[in-house]
Amino acid sequence: MPMRIMNGIALLGVSLLVLIPFLSIVSTSLAPRSQVNASGGIVLWPETLSFQAYVQVLEGGAVTRAMWISAFVTVVGTLISLTASAMLAYALARPGLRGRGAMLWTVLVTLFFAPGIIPTFLVVKQVGLIDSIWSLILPTAVSGFNVIVLRAFFLGIPEELFDAAKIDGAGERRILTMIVLPLSRASLSVIGLFYAVGYWNAFFNALIYINDTTKWPLQMIVRSFVVDDSQFTTLDVSLIEQMAAPSSLAMAILVISIVPILIVYPFLQKNFAKGMLTGAVKG
Amino acid sequence: MTSPSTTSPPEQEQLPGPDAPAAWSAGTRPPARSRKRTSTITRPSSVLYLFALPGLLLLVLFHYVPLLGNIIAFKSYLPFIGILESPWVGWENFTDALADQDFYRALTNTLIITFVQVVLVFPAPLVLALMLNSMMSQRLRQTVQAIVYMPHFLSWVIVVAVFQEVFGAAGVINHILRATGGRPLEIMTNPDLFISLVTAQVIWKDAGWAAILFFAALAQIDRNLYEAASVDGASRMRQLWHITMPGLKGIVIMLLILKLGNALSVGFEQIILQQNAVGRDASEVLDTYVYNNGLIGGDWGMAAAVGLMKSIISVAIVLGANKVAHIFGEDGVYRRVSH
Repeated sequence: MPMRIMNGIALLGVSLLVLIPFLSIVSTSLAPRSQVNASGGIVLWPETLSFQAYVQVLEGGAVTRAMWISAFVTVVGTLISLTASAMLAYALARPGLRGRGAMLWTVLVTLFFAPGIIPTFLVVKQVGLIDSIWSLILPTAVSGFNVIVLRAFFLGIPEELFDAAKIDGAGERRILTMIVLPLSRASLSVIGLFYAVGYWNAFFNALIYINDTTKWPLQMIVRSFVVDDSQFTTLDVSLIEQMAAPSSLAMAILVISIVPILIVYPFLQKNFAKGMLTGAVKG
Repeated sequence: MTSPSTTSPPEQEQLPGPDAPAAWSAGTRPPARSRKRTSTITRPSSVLYLFALPGLLLLVLFHYVPLLGNIIAFKSYLPFIGILESPWVGWENFTDALADQDFYRALTNTLIITFVQVVLVFPAPLVLALMLNSMMSQRLRQTVQAIVYMPHFLSWVIVVAVFQEVFGAAGVINHILRATGGRPLEIMTNPDLFISLVTAQVIWKDAGWAAILFFAALAQIDRNLYEAASVDGASRMRQLWHITMPGLKGIVIMLLILKLGNALSVGFEQIILQQNAVGRDASEVLDTYVYNNGLIGGDWGMAAAVGLMKSIISVAIVLGANKVAHIFGEDGVYRRVSH
């Protein structure tokens, strides 16, 4: 049936639109200097494999430092976000707690009213976080949306479990760590990855709050060397052996910033779509 | 670990007969609205407030305090004396913004980009979902889905960098053009192409994601409807129009309202990343206007005034659109109180 074949060809084309850019990025990062120079910057397929660009980028300098900063912000930030969100969501999910309605509204209002760039900046400045790595974590640490989603999961846990645990003498902390968290492992890991991808990808906070380039996360480095095409110096990467082409170095940085996302992507795709759908599709 | 506050106070247990019922109803009976509770044992303890505290503090500090900080829209902010001490100026910041030519340029660009994105970005995932839906092989379909969904998780910095590698001066397209003797094209730096460029980027990044939402809605449509329609002689186009489209109405309306709520904030990160390349005339939108005039230019009060106007109009649009959806019997973003 020609209709089906046309459909298949169109979808193949759409897939290639996504895949080919990645192919050329990875190829350029792995191509030898001579081939990159001959082709004028971008390579679709490397003649031989050269890991020189990765060696130079990872051997110290601004790029390596930015990578560690991004890793720190992602790991520590996700831990803080997940802990604060889960504890808040748990309190909001327990029936009979006085003031629960008011606390729930405190969270819900943040979903509708964004505070604005200028006043947020002034608050971050007031609490002394300008040029601090913590400005990349604390202002966006708790997402009201994630708290509401976690609360919905916690509400699904049968009340009898809470009652039984209480009768057995368990306190709230014990109920949370021994019953609620183990039962919600799947949803916690989805929300955790959600936060982690957000921290790894964050660019806005660094642009606004970090003036000191030695505290830049990886996304700012990508902007500087890949988007704005800045020149590499010995401060940025190890140039002692100077063997990789500049565009190979840029593409290696790009690959390094994409790889963590690709690693968690299969999990994200499976669970995140499911999570989105419970919220989006009714019935 | 036992929590003392959850067990019944001992004096109540030792109360003499006649007083006992009163004591129970006053102290330990659950309020009528909390069903099936019979003792204080299972009532949540006040330690939960401590659990809620870190999260609430962060929300208050970085959401509510800045919301209050919007008062600088009515002040002439002087950094060295702080927000509270800065003098009030009434509506001056607002009238200043409304008298600024650049503000109207930013507003116009924002509205044009939103309009183009609603018209173009909306149908793309719909078509993609329909194409996926009519694909026979389950395995192939999941592969394509996984590929087109992936860019959604990349940051804007990376998406812009990827576009640069393809369309930039030294990119793949120009590489092929030069190799075949053609003239290189200026795509990333051409102000006239900017709106098409940002729209293409949004489609590349998020069409797969939106398609998944549409695709799930398609899967909920009763297969029998299609069978019945084809028995009655309905063509594929008629089935699409009378069965598929109504089945997608709910999700389309929901995404449309969300898009309208963001009508005034077209991708700050995406645009600020490319502003140097095309210049402010073509690329200034409301968010970059606030950033450039406030954080860069130091005109704090006026920038905050523009930001405040933007937030209020955005909330009004969402609530208004949702109201309209309810009037037409749709759920919108949130459901009406009666499910």
